[in-house]
Amino acid sequence: MNKAVVVRDLTKKFGTFTAVNKLNFEVDKGEVFGFLGANGAGKTTAIKILCGLSKPSSGQVTVAGFDAYKQSELIKKNIGYMSQRFSLYDDLTIAENIRFYGGIYGLKRVEIQSKIKEYVKKLNLEEFEGRKVIDLPLGIKQKLAFSVANVHNPAIIFLDEPTSGVDPITRRQFWDMIYLEAAHGKTIFVTTHYMDEAEYCDRITIMVDGKIEALDSPSKLKKEFNTQNISEIFLKLSRKQNTSQN
Amino acid sequence: MKTAIEIENLAHNYGLVKALKPLNMSIESGTLFGFIGPDGAGKTTLFRILTSLLLPTQGKAKVLGLDVVNDFRKLRPLLGYMPGRFSLYQDLTVEENLNFFAKLFKTSIEENYHLIKDIYDQIAPFKNRLAGKLSGGMKQKLALSCALIHKPDLLFLDEPTTGVDVVSRAEFWEMLRKLKNHGITIVVSTPYMDEAALCDKVALIQKGKILQTDSPQNIMENFSKPLFSVKSINRNSLSKDIETFGKTDSFYWFGDSIHWIGSDDKDADLLRIYLQQKKHEDLEIEKINASIEDCFMDLMKGNHE
Repeated sequence: MNKAVVVRDLTKKFGTFTAVNKLNFEVDKGEVFGFLGANGAGKTTAIKILCGLSKPSSGQVTVAGFDAYKQSELIKKNIGYMSQRFSLYDDLTIAENIRFYGGIYGLKRVEIQSKIKEYVKKLNLEEFEGRKVIDLPLGIKQKLAFSVANVHNPAIIFLDEPTSGVDPITRRQFWDMIYLEAAHGKTIFVTTHYMDEAEYCDRITIMVDGKIEALDSPSKLKKEFNTQNISEIFLKLSRKQNTSQN
Repeated sequence: MKTAIEIENLAHNYGLVKALKPLNMSIESGTLFGFIGPDGAGKTTLFRILTSLLLPTQGKAKVLGLDVVNDFRKLRPLLGYMPGRFSLYQDLTVEENLNFFAKLFKTSIEENYHLIKDIYDQIAPFKNRLAGKLSGGMKQKLALSCALIHKPDLLFLDEPTTGVDVVSRAEFWEMLRKLKNHGITIVVSTPYMDEAALCDKVALIQKGKILQTDSPQNIMENFSKPLFSVKSINRNSLSKDIETFGKTDSFYWFGDSIHWIGSDDKDADLLRIYLQQKKHEDLEIEKINASIEDCFMDLMKGNHE
């Protein structure tokens, strides 16, 4: 299986409102795939379906080889999820968080112990061991959250605005971590409001009003839309939407 | 120029955590002033002190000539405050929320409608909807309307654009520009470095410390190190190859190029030759002006404990 995600004509309706309208895309194994769009464009609805938390109204969706209609529990077991807003428990220590998530994903006791050792060493957390997550510097919390989302070695990691509010140096260190995992064959599905980060993705999609309006590598999209950067593409697409509405 | 905010030796600790280190600064009336910095920089703590919602551990602050501790009763009616977290009544409608805030400040929606017209018109079609059922962008517009309805002299906006898409962010800053023209002093915080350019003056803040205060133009112009943008078709090997080049002060990815800082301009010529030897085709190396993000990263390096 070389495709991590396959989406064909995915549609999701809430009553008469079509939140997601006939999406079509595939994500390769080991790809860093950026999922962009304005607030309210339907990103969250689509991501919920891809994570097995919501069922499509119509269309086909396969994530990590599992079907979104019949195998959503298997999808959940085979993906990792991290967002800036919620990932770790602030009032648990580093080890407790790893133990908690490891336990949820059914890791054995010895596996969890070795994960704790591995992460403490890899992220230089020795001095923070035993501290509650709330007392950790934001950058460290961020890297730990990413590692914890990876604790059960899922095929795909979904990152929902993982760097929101993070300082520019830590933001770049975080992307180094993303690249390292992708180089090991992990598929990364990421949303962001930082347009420079869109450039770090292998390919990006831009959703407008429930539809995919752009899908390609950042450099090809800039050529196609004849722009210097990704935010200009964003502006062009939203203007197009406004004129079509009027 | 009149002074809107005067801060003297102001600091705040939460237990052992020094959220705000001793700070001295002033903000002129009528400016659009931005505090630019990541989470945990101390922006919200500072805003809560300046709006009289938090007592400082030490130091003094005067806002509109009034002491934030002793004169808080006189001060509060003059301020508008939009906190980072949506803090309106979710179980009241759009119109009820606005009415509530107007009455609280002993005014009416009609009296200052001209101030909020541009913003409120966009949500007026939903005025009977519960605030909790609004989309993120509409919540933001309602919160701004509620913070403005009593025609404050000074408006504090704590991270109004965090988590908002680029297009809506641009629209929001457009609204702020217009408000400034009504003579309201606006103090805004943001973690997005690119928004600094939209302010008259900014303070770059990190780990409770102000790194620099100036107009964004001056901050960018005062960046004195030679900064170059480096592009190559071979993206993946570019950073690895620059890493092995000796004469580098620092380098980092910046969108589709690497920003490289050397000790002088001649080093860039050496870098070009070095990368050509490494078979980088279509190599583009050009000297560029620093953005606020470049300046921030450079200043950050001096602020590690």
